[in-house]
Amino acid sequence: MTPKDPLQVEPGTGVLFTNTSMIDDAINLARKNSIHYLLFGLACCGIELMQTGGPRADLDRFAAIFRASPRQADLMIVAGTLTYKMAVRTKLLYDQMAEPKYVLSMGSCANCGGLFQTSYSVCKGVDKIIPVDVYVPGCPPRPEALTEGLLRIQDIMMCERWKTKMRPGRVDPNAPMMISSKGK
Amino acid sequence: MAIDMELDRHILRRTDAGDEEIVVNFGPQHPSTHGVINFVTQTNGEVIRRSVPDVGYLHRGLEKIGEQVPYPGYMPFTDRIDYLAAMFANEGYAVAIERLLGVEAPPRAKYIRAIAGELCRISNHFISVGTMAQDIGAATPLTHALRERESINDLLEELCGARLTFNYHRIGGVAFDLPVGWGDKVLRFLDHLDSYIQEWDRLITFNKIFVKRLANVGIITREKAIDYGLAGPNLRGSGVNWDIRRDMPYGAYPDFEFKIPVGTGRVGTIGDCWDRFFVRVQEMVESSKIVRQALAKLPEGDIQAKVARKLKPDAGEAVGRVESARGEMLYYAVSDGSEKAYRLRVRTGSFMAMGIIEELSHGIMVADLIAIIASLDVVAPEVDR
Amino acid sequence: MTQEEVCAQLKEKFGEAVGALSETKGDRFVVVKSEKIVDVCRFLKTTPGLDFDYCQDITAIDWPARKVIEVVYHVYSLEHRHGLVVKVETDRDKPTLATVEGVWKAATWLEREIYDLFGVNFEGHSDLRRILMPDDWVGHPLRKDYQEAGGYHGIGNTRPDPLVQLSKTTDEKRKAFVAAATAAAAAAAPPVVEPGTATTTATAIPSAAADPEGKV
Repeated sequence: MTPKDPLQVEPGTGVLFTNTSMIDDAINLARKNSIHYLLFGLACCGIELMQTGGPRADLDRFAAIFRASPRQADLMIVAGTLTYKMAVRTKLLYDQMAEPKYVLSMGSCANCGGLFQTSYSVCKGVDKIIPVDVYVPGCPPRPEALTEGLLRIQDIMMCERWKTKMRPGRVDPNAPMMISSKGK
Repeated sequence: MAIDMELDRHILRRTDAGDEEIVVNFGPQHPSTHGVINFVTQTNGEVIRRSVPDVGYLHRGLEKIGEQVPYPGYMPFTDRIDYLAAMFANEGYAVAIERLLGVEAPPRAKYIRAIAGELCRISNHFISVGTMAQDIGAATPLTHALRERESINDLLEELCGARLTFNYHRIGGVAFDLPVGWGDKVLRFLDHLDSYIQEWDRLITFNKIFVKRLANVGIITREKAIDYGLAGPNLRGSGVNWDIRRDMPYGAYPDFEFKIPVGTGRVGTIGDCWDRFFVRVQEMVESSKIVRQALAKLPEGDIQAKVARKLKPDAGEAVGRVESARGEMLYYAVSDGSEKAYRLRVRTGSFMAMGIIEELSHGIMVADLIAIIASLDVVAPEVDR
Repeated sequence: MTQEEVCAQLKEKFGEAVGALSETKGDRFVVVKSEKIVDVCRFLKTTPGLDFDYCQDITAIDWPARKVIEVVYHVYSLEHRHGLVVKVETDRDKPTLATVEGVWKAATWLEREIYDLFGVNFEGHSDLRRILMPDDWVGHPLRKDYQEAGGYHGIGNTRPDPLVQLSKTTDEKRKAFVAAATAAAAAAAPPVVEPGTATTTATAIPSAAADPEGKV
């Protein structure tokens, strides 16, 4: 059975409009140009996150500011190694964020456990705890790489549909290889 | 995965909190705790009764990995022990294993180690004083510090290819020689730095509000500092004139002339937060002097001693010490004759600094706790390894 | 003062409880009996002339072959610039040792770490609980016979290897994948270039929607 196409609206269920693409574009444009990312620098990647927010590779030119509280953030940049002790708190922080929320996994340690694959206390990837939208590889990723990751998050944001609250641009978790989710 | 909220009271080991006292978690996700560290704090409004640090959120088992990875392959892991001053972490490991093998790095390698290390110290101190200023409330010095740090990142990237986790030292020397023209770039940067430190002092160091926030806060006496095993700028800020580079000399440091800044209680008491801050700013000036001297006297020669590819030191043990940016870093390596270490222990300055925070936390304000944590310059990976 | 002189003073005061300075390769150490460790440490700290006021490190080494856990003390004197390494052997099955917290406050956290990672019980310690691992962790990780529990609170500790998954794709599917990618690139029609000029061709990355099953 083919999965239901999330872009289709059932006839008779539309409230006022059936075609909401202009409103979607307007809302998504506002969202993608005002990303508030949660300062979740855990380890070395956290320092590169700070440097990316710093003067040279400026994240503020995309109007992306850091917020310390998850209640005020819509993007969670997991920068650094996740340990089991921290994993429980990470889930709590993710739950505290309001929808629509996105997760960017920065660095090898957050992607898959990274350098510490053989360690007893390291969680092998943050996607064991929370769903991830964009993976940025590197150890640590250069500021240019993290900026590219943020632009991918912006592309995903443009795919969101207000009416059905669906997010078709999300990366398919069953795909065996990392695939870029560009385009609608 | 339920969080056990009773855990906080269990950590404080006391449930006699009065009606107006609350138990607050500072962290582990917090903009001012310098990494993932949790401070379980029992407060009565703004005044803290007790604050107990709860660490281990970044424990990655690096000491166990030291037993699973051959000696030369462990170098990238040392970067992650202290990523802000990664050159020192590399150097300490290299020195420990060189002592185990009985080899010594050639003179050129020792000078290059000193140059790379001191540049790393300047870079680390920029982050340290910049984030300290931000924790106090001043947002501008951090952007200044990050900008200056970008220049150092560029220089070190040209030297070894990486901006943050260098993996530059090898057992027996360093990996790559200095690029052509690199010395001139470093000297240009140091000229800019020497004039920039004066601007920094005008901006924040002697700023009236900053001084009032930090003077007479978090006073650590000399005896307490030694008893708790503090190291580096924390120890020197309390008036103890102790520096591994001069007192247990290693590498090329006997050839250089530099002063050791010690806290004097200039604006408050000896051993307060401002003293530790000012010691770090002065250390940046001294580091720039060391780099200039090293570049002027750089000898020719090999950059790596002849060491086998598969290292199998004889059974024994050795200690390697370096004066890292955050204090004395001690590597204790025990070998049993095989190609992997039997036990590798790293003792870092930040771990000892965490032990003193509970003692300092009785009866202070919440804002002072943040200032004390910032002035001790703790980073989570050094505490947790 | 050299290490031999320090050891001579220790032997004079404590006699049989203090061993001889070791002769192994590398740094030398002194083995002390575990009942006397607190007295030895207090003697080292308070005796004028010795003044070992700085506790640099306390750590432990697990020797399953010898059935002991060695606790190693690195102590130093800032005034006299001399240092000493003291070792104590504890039984591996029930390791207990008196705490030296009363001598150096630095020992508080260092001994907590040894308890957490090796399981050594320090009698008289003011706050002996886990410091680096979660409070409900089972086992002492740095022991040589430590076995991982296979996860924590339902989080698994393995991850599928992408290279293994790639090798599982059959040859036909891989060829179909590559054919689809080249067809898409040819359809985009890159401009004709003169021989001798260097170009880079962009390869189109097919999206997940191209495959209806959702897996390659």
